[in-house]
Amino acid sequence: MISMNARRRALAALGTIAVAGLLATPGARAQDTQVLRIVPHSNLAILDPIWTTAYMSRNHGYMIYDTLFGTDENGKVKPQMVESWTESPDHRLWTFKLRKGLEFHDGKPVTGEDVIASLQRWGKRDAMGSALMQFVSKMDAPTPDTFRIFLGEACGFMLEALGKPGANVPFIMPKRVADTDAFKQIDDYTGSGPYVFKRDEFKPGDKAVYLKNARYVPRNEPPSGTAGGKRVYVDRVEWNLALRDAQAQVNALKKGEVDIVEQLGFDFYESAKTDPDLQIPRYTNAGLQYMARFNHLHKPFDNPKVRQAALAAFQQEPFLRAQVGVKSLYKPCYSMFICNTPYGTTAGSEVQAKGNMRKAQELLKASGYDGTPVVLMKPTDLPSIQKLPDVAAQLLRQAGFKVDLQAMDWQTLVSRRAKKDGPDKGGWNMFLTAFNTFDVWSPIANPTADTRGEKSGWFGWASDDKVQELRNQFMRATDEATKKDLADKIHVRMYEIGTHAPVGEFDQPMAARKNISGFFITNNNLYWNLKKN
Amino acid sequence: MLQFLSRRLLSTIPVLLIVAVLVFLVLRLTPGDPAAVLAGDAASTEQIAQIRKSLGLDKSVPEQFLIWFGRMLTGDLGESYYYKTEVTTLIGQRLEPTLSLALITITIAVLVAVPLGVMAAWRFGSWLDRALMSFSVLGFSIPVFVLAYMLIWLVSLKLGWLPVQGYKPIAEGVGAWLYQLILPSITLSVIYIALIARVTRASVLDTLGEDYIRTARAKGLPEAKVLMRHALANAAVPIITVIGIGIALLIGGVVVTESVYAIPGLGRLTVDAVLARDFPTIQGVILFFSVVYVLINLLVDLSYVFFDPRIRY
Repeated sequence: MISMNARRRALAALGTIAVAGLLATPGARAQDTQVLRIVPHSNLAILDPIWTTAYMSRNHGYMIYDTLFGTDENGKVKPQMVESWTESPDHRLWTFKLRKGLEFHDGKPVTGEDVIASLQRWGKRDAMGSALMQFVSKMDAPTPDTFRIFLGEACGFMLEALGKPGANVPFIMPKRVADTDAFKQIDDYTGSGPYVFKRDEFKPGDKAVYLKNARYVPRNEPPSGTAGGKRVYVDRVEWNLALRDAQAQVNALKKGEVDIVEQLGFDFYESAKTDPDLQIPRYTNAGLQYMARFNHLHKPFDNPKVRQAALAAFQQEPFLRAQVGVKSLYKPCYSMFICNTPYGTTAGSEVQAKGNMRKAQELLKASGYDGTPVVLMKPTDLPSIQKLPDVAAQLLRQAGFKVDLQAMDWQTLVSRRAKKDGPDKGGWNMFLTAFNTFDVWSPIANPTADTRGEKSGWFGWASDDKVQELRNQFMRATDEATKKDLADKIHVRMYEIGTHAPVGEFDQPMAARKNISGFFITNNNLYWNLKKN
Repeated sequence: MLQFLSRRLLSTIPVLLIVAVLVFLVLRLTPGDPAAVLAGDAASTEQIAQIRKSLGLDKSVPEQFLIWFGRMLTGDLGESYYYKTEVTTLIGQRLEPTLSLALITITIAVLVAVPLGVMAAWRFGSWLDRALMSFSVLGFSIPVFVLAYMLIWLVSLKLGWLPVQGYKPIAEGVGAWLYQLILPSITLSVIYIALIARVTRASVLDTLGEDYIRTARAKGLPEAKVLMRHALANAAVPIITVIGIGIALLIGGVVVTESVYAIPGLGRLTVDAVLARDFPTIQGVILFFSVVYVLINLLVDLSYVFFDPRIRY
């Protein structure tokens, strides 16, 4: 017979086991699947990387799609899906052969037809793509693993365009998907990239899941930028889209609930650096560039002399010190095409590089500035750039400008900057933003170098025939020396007319747990080659 | 009762109509263009215009309203501009975390606050009463995010007992679900404990001065019975009202807690939708919140009948 005490003890033990079982977390259970848990820099909403230029959509694209060419860490274009290619002596016929073993996630082979459809769709959306398509007279696929591009006249940026690392990236999709109207979003996410998108597990604002693509055949070269072998060593990658509070991200990383925080706040840099469980991996040698954009349509910045005065006032160190703060993460650079990149040059930048407040005041006086206030838009909800407008306002005031600093949320800013109305009718004079360096390092891709005035693609609507003429020559130049020379001339002219003011370059730190290895220079947020030990 | 119910349900129709019109108009009058948000940073003005057209935002505001309103009458809240997903699906996905958080929070709050409030009223003026009042002031004063970070630091980072962030659906196991929600629920419950305890104390204090309490005590009833059966039962109406309002607020307004603990709930969805100028989602979520508020108020009103037999509908 069991005594009352024994029965109570048995019941208590059973109760303890039950509670322990109830509270046992899935994380505590043995798991064979290796999961890389990443906190991306923002929310993933749009799954079509051709439809939008949003960086999150671009990064999603790199997970599931492959590209014909990649751009390595030094800005050199290297083959990716392409095995070999030839260029006719007159540069008007390009023949590309695809690598063997390229397959979409549904098991179908990647063919030249798929490539052509993908390039056509991309050419309708992307600035560089549409520039390329102006030269293209025909594309065909004589064999399943070959495609040809016929040009009406020679152009010098074929590979640069096909290997473009920044949004919109010419990702290759199956023809049935790429045939979707370029102005409608796709709803089939079949790619041929290193990961397969788990559509059924995607919860907007919560998580996005990618599985290792077992069919993917990586190149043999080591990974570098968006080029080289895309080897996947984990079974599953989870993007935590709900974790967006900067402090909570760091807490989760410290606790080991996530493996990588893509964008570590500058305020957390020092503490993460000294944490024994964390690392700050180096993944970029180009970083990002801050810039101040003038609205060329309205007073006072419709006057190039006034823009010159602002350029002279905009010394970069105050911007970088205020916004980044960590000296090792920023560098002043007076190149609109980014220092240490293929077309990086400082030619013509003296007005800003050697400028000072006294010079700015003199230039402003000489410009005939009539005291029109500068409507400067300040985003209050974007910590990554929100201090820049305060610095700009202060420097402009010191130079003699009247400044109307208007606070708003970022989405109001992006809506308002598209308005061409005068500042008194809901328009604007200046805003500041940041660009990934490879979005601005080429005179073709750089949106501020588009100077077609009101027809111009990018907000601010700079107008200058000379820059346009030089860009046209650049597009047609087929040798590197000429291209570099033209890039210099474009740069000089852009500074002369003051398209915008670069206000410094910086590295956006990433933080990871110490057990993650395999980071490489991507100049981007790419998640192959990573091992979880 | 049935007549009351029908009358109340019918009265929700004009409320919802007014909410629908107001939300629609306010969104169109506030600055911000969903197309510019969707297009990305490097998009051209032409691309933004094309997106605006594809979303139907190039149509006049009355035209847009009629299209949306017509769909809404058929129960179609539209498709999110931002997520390209049906708004009803989005609400469905986010409802479980929010309801779970609300349920656990209010359970903790009621279990702690009601006994505390009764005890404080019973020992009016004592150290317990003063301690409870001090706690209430603290509970009201301390911002939720400060409390959240403090609890995370202590409970999660230092002691390692509970996770820092995240949500597990109940389908993955009650244990995992509860494990993720304990800390956020405790964080949120503090302010509700303060509120409910104060209301309970004040309400019970009122009833303790009534003649029937003196009679009950004179009859020799045990003090616990006097407090629970006579004092608390008669003080229940204001307490239930506060709890009802609490539940409604928890369903619609736990943005900070959801952000700090990375819980993909309705609060977070609303903020994301507002920031992205995702008009269909904002409209859908606010209409949903209105329905929830109306229904909870109705339930609270109906519950009075059970707590106070003098109330008749």
